[in-house]
Amino acid sequence: MNLWKRLICTCRRRSPWLFHMNSGSCNGCDIELVAALSPRYDAEQLGVRLEGSPRHADIVCVTGPVTRNAVAAIKTVYGQVCHPKAVVAIGSCPATTNVFIDSRTLAGPLDKHIPVDVFVPGCPPRPDAIIQGVAKAAEILAEREMKPAETELPPTVEEARP
Amino acid sequence: MNLITALARLLIFPGLLFAVPAAWFFLWVERKAVALMQERIGPPFMQPFFDFVKLLAKSTPPRRGIGGMLMRAWPLLAVSGAAGAVGLLPVLPSSGGFEGDLILLLALLELPSMCIIAAGFSSRSIFGEIGSAREAALSVSYNIVFLLAIVSVAASQHTFRLEMLAALPASPLRWLGIAAILVCLPAKLHINPFSLPNAEQEIYAGPMTEYAGPELAMWELSHGLEWVAGAGLVATLAAPHVAIGWLAATLFIVLSFVLVLLLSTLAAATARLAIDTTVRFYWQCTLIFAVLAISSALFMRFRS
Repeated sequence: MNLWKRLICTCRRRSPWLFHMNSGSCNGCDIELVAALSPRYDAEQLGVRLEGSPRHADIVCVTGPVTRNAVAAIKTVYGQVCHPKAVVAIGSCPATTNVFIDSRTLAGPLDKHIPVDVFVPGCPPRPDAIIQGVAKAAEILAEREMKPAETELPPTVEEARP
Repeated sequence: MNLITALARLLIFPGLLFAVPAAWFFLWVERKAVALMQERIGPPFMQPFFDFVKLLAKSTPPRRGIGGMLMRAWPLLAVSGAAGAVGLLPVLPSSGGFEGDLILLLALLELPSMCIIAAGFSSRSIFGEIGSAREAALSVSYNIVFLLAIVSVAASQHTFRLEMLAALPASPLRWLGIAAILVCLPAKLHINPFSLPNAEQEIYAGPMTEYAGPELAMWELSHGLEWVAGAGLVATLAAPHVAIGWLAATLFIVLSFVLVLLLSTLAAATARLAIDTTVRFYWQCTLIFAVLAISSALFMRFRS
């Protein structure tokens, strides 16, 4: 049993599949995420694969400062990813809303709406930083149980209120 | 073919015990070939195995009712069909077989594609339905050529028994048939330029959009087994007859590997075609050759 668990841990660490979610980003971070998968940085060496469907993914990569329109979509997509899962916030926007702070059209930062495991700061962050963030998220993911822990559930409406 | 040889062929060689690692290996070759052609290093050797175990250990969304049961059943049915097709391949000399096992092999090879069509529709996702419709259109176009090619091979050698087909010396007509099968294989395996049904990013993941965890692991496995069965079918038809068991097995593995390498290179070098171009390609360009092959096979048969 222990051996099986260790095997699963290794496999989860070595095969993180990403789903890329744009929550109103300026496209800077999106381009850097694509660059991380391109021949120069080649994230596939770590088993990373960009998936089209959130059902297939293990790690959700969110870029952008979370606009009001994007909140419902982010929650839906987070719910569609099967357990165990992890979230990587790419760039300064999802972490702090960056230069768009105090804008009326924003509902960020991201961790008000879904639990975030790894923040990759930068405007935009370098591809190697993104790969490091994904690798770190994969390590967190490897230790997770099939059943979601309390900290992995999205905050309720009362908690999300500022 | 008695029960013990049938079980041995289905479970050991060339069945599950050989076919599952071979499927993972071919999936790795497919990804590695693309990576090398793009000047990347690509995934590590064990990557398909890691993916498979990881997917097995993921949860699935709750599925209720008949639709949920069907969604669990399709990937299993696809895997068993592809595994059965691999088990029927006459790799070892005098390994048994029965009259008409070629027809059973063709039916089993078609099963995963049928399951994909049904899976997309039973997932009730709009992308799944688009993917399934594309798969159905693709299947109608390449299957005519594929079946005509195989029938012409069988008719030219007067048998529907796989073992006899593999044992007989190859004729020019057989090479024509093999070439026609090779043209159909990329469509059967859903790789570029015919990766229409699961068109990644274009329609999310096509029929597989709603599948997660162990179900997706089974789809990946069935895709790998289809590689083994498709490449293996061509390898058994093209390989010269060898009486020694281990030599025949080695020849089979080497030929399949070369075929997989060729097809992966083709996949890496081409872009996805549109559905109408694909259908036109099969109905207008390749159908003529298939009809030529079968008519000359029948003609030769009546003359002899």
